[in-house]
Amino acid sequence: MSVQEVLPLGGVATGQSGDFRADHLLVAEMVKPGSKVLDVGCGEGDLLQLLEMRGIDGRGIELSREGVNRCVAKGLAVVQGDADTDLVNYPDDAFDYVILSQTLQATRQPRVVLENLLRIGRRAIVSFPNFGFWKMRLQLLIGGHMPRTENLPATWYDTANIHFCTIKDFVQLCDEINVKMERSVALDLYGRPVPLNLPWWVWNMFGEQGVFLLSRGEGK
Amino acid sequence: MQVAITRLIANEVDGQMGSVKSIPSPAISADERSHEVDHPSSQVAHFGTEQPLRLDCGVDLTPFQIAYQTYGELNAERSNAVLICHALTGDQHVANVHPVTGKPGWWETLVGPGRPIDPKHYFIICSNVIGGCMGSTGPASINPASGKVWGLDFPVITIPDMVRAQAMLIDRLGIDTLFAVVGGSMGGMQVLQWTAAYPARVFSALAIACATRHSAQNIAFHELGRQAVMADPDWHGGGYADHGIHPHRGLAVARMAAHITYLSDAALHRKFGRRMQDRELPTFSFDADFQVESYLRYQGSSFVERFDANAYLYLTRAMDYFDIAADHGGALAKAFADIKTRFCVVSFTSDWLFPTSESRALVHALNASSARVSFAEIETDRGHDAFLLDVPEFFDISRAFLQSAGKARGLKGS
Repeated sequence: MSVQEVLPLGGVATGQSGDFRADHLLVAEMVKPGSKVLDVGCGEGDLLQLLEMRGIDGRGIELSREGVNRCVAKGLAVVQGDADTDLVNYPDDAFDYVILSQTLQATRQPRVVLENLLRIGRRAIVSFPNFGFWKMRLQLLIGGHMPRTENLPATWYDTANIHFCTIKDFVQLCDEINVKMERSVALDLYGRPVPLNLPWWVWNMFGEQGVFLLSRGEGK
Repeated sequence: MQVAITRLIANEVDGQMGSVKSIPSPAISADERSHEVDHPSSQVAHFGTEQPLRLDCGVDLTPFQIAYQTYGELNAERSNAVLICHALTGDQHVANVHPVTGKPGWWETLVGPGRPIDPKHYFIICSNVIGGCMGSTGPASINPASGKVWGLDFPVITIPDMVRAQAMLIDRLGIDTLFAVVGGSMGGMQVLQWTAAYPARVFSALAIACATRHSAQNIAFHELGRQAVMADPDWHGGGYADHGIHPHRGLAVARMAAHITYLSDAALHRKFGRRMQDRELPTFSFDADFQVESYLRYQGSSFVERFDANAYLYLTRAMDYFDIAADHGGALAKAFADIKTRFCVVSFTSDWLFPTSESRALVHALNASSARVSFAEIETDRGHDAFLLDVPEFFDISRAFLQSAGKARGLKGS
């Protein structure tokens, strides 16, 4: 079963859900309707459109001018900005959720960005490609070259992704900076959630990407 | 500097510079222009002594009048009104033929049937600013106390004064909340002032190629323009109306200098390069050998046909004084605290008069206020004037922003 089939989303007709990316559907399902959301690195606004269909007040930041202008031309509230430098301009608790979808690995300071997400938002939703995925490991182990996949086709010298991590690495970072993981989902190559009852190392091996719902840990 | 400019102009007048062609005299007489000042070809809202306009300088302006144009119909809910704010040398004739010049409306690319701001959907209002010279009370109007033209006796006005006057007009029209306030350059300053002063009365704001304050460089250019006007002997200390003349040479120079700031190096190069005007070889004189010179002279002389020199002084001054943060204890975010207005901010890459960095500072302040804001920087080499030109990406963004706001406002057809 794919995410599209697993997750019935309010506001999104069943036939429509196939138009959206698996991780977007998963993220949209994690956000409570009626809340206020900031999507950091919103690309061309696909996730924001999905959120708005669900009655969520969505805002976006996007680095590329073309992406921003396409979002604004769709009527979305998106501004041009950089996750590394512009999150500091947002006040504490400005949003219910701050989303970082497939962008963490492209930031210069992932740890600072993550801390900012949970300062601006009461919750953060982070998704990223898992470098511990078996196909990645195999390419490095057998092929002896930096891994490239359908979702990450760029070569090592022209990729925007400068801080790859595995699901295990990310879980460790969350522990270090006292971030609570409320929900964790690993999606396999076909966008299907890896079954919940399996141990972490299986997730880290078979999850092509990780999607995490985070909140501030105790004492924060 | 004032002396030097005076001498240059005096020389031109005396014809002492050989083949120098001075800026041609205006084709439209001062009478035609001044008729529009007090008896505009527009609707006029009169405000009597019971409704003075309280100015920032401490003076109550009364009586006064506002000239305005409207397009489209106000709906039954009175929820579809769009206020267009004009720039420094604009006026209320945003989408109709200009009564003095006979040219099309100055923003027909954005406003009109089939355009992003379509009178089919919206009730569109555009008024001449206070201090202007196209029918709203300004330095070229008759001072009722003396029966003579105000001239420099007119009190100095500010952008907040202009907006206060517009709010009185909107009250008069029976409109509580504007669906949108839209403007570029000085018009954009008015948009921002509207949202800072009357946040609950502005549902959405489209602020284009503008800033929350006038920069030192921009004040410097304005000062250059004012000095050019004041150096013209025909200015007569601002009292030229009593002499039946208009300092058109000084005003034309001011316009030429300002016009350069509205363009860009790349745009000038693309448009004119070093091409000669109707000749193959240089004339070894100070005639307009280059096309760019001829173009600037034309810009200068056509401008003075429709604009009053003192009004130019007052309106540039109003822009110089504009600083929203200073009016809110130095913190820009405070000006927009808890604002519900939906914002769209647009800048252009080659605009060096109101560069993107100014828009970005505004956007940061709006983010800090958790305002709903869209911000797009549009790539073009056409400089500040891009907002008045045919830039499809800008129109797409404006249309989508207003449509999305219209949906949130429950407007039909948007």
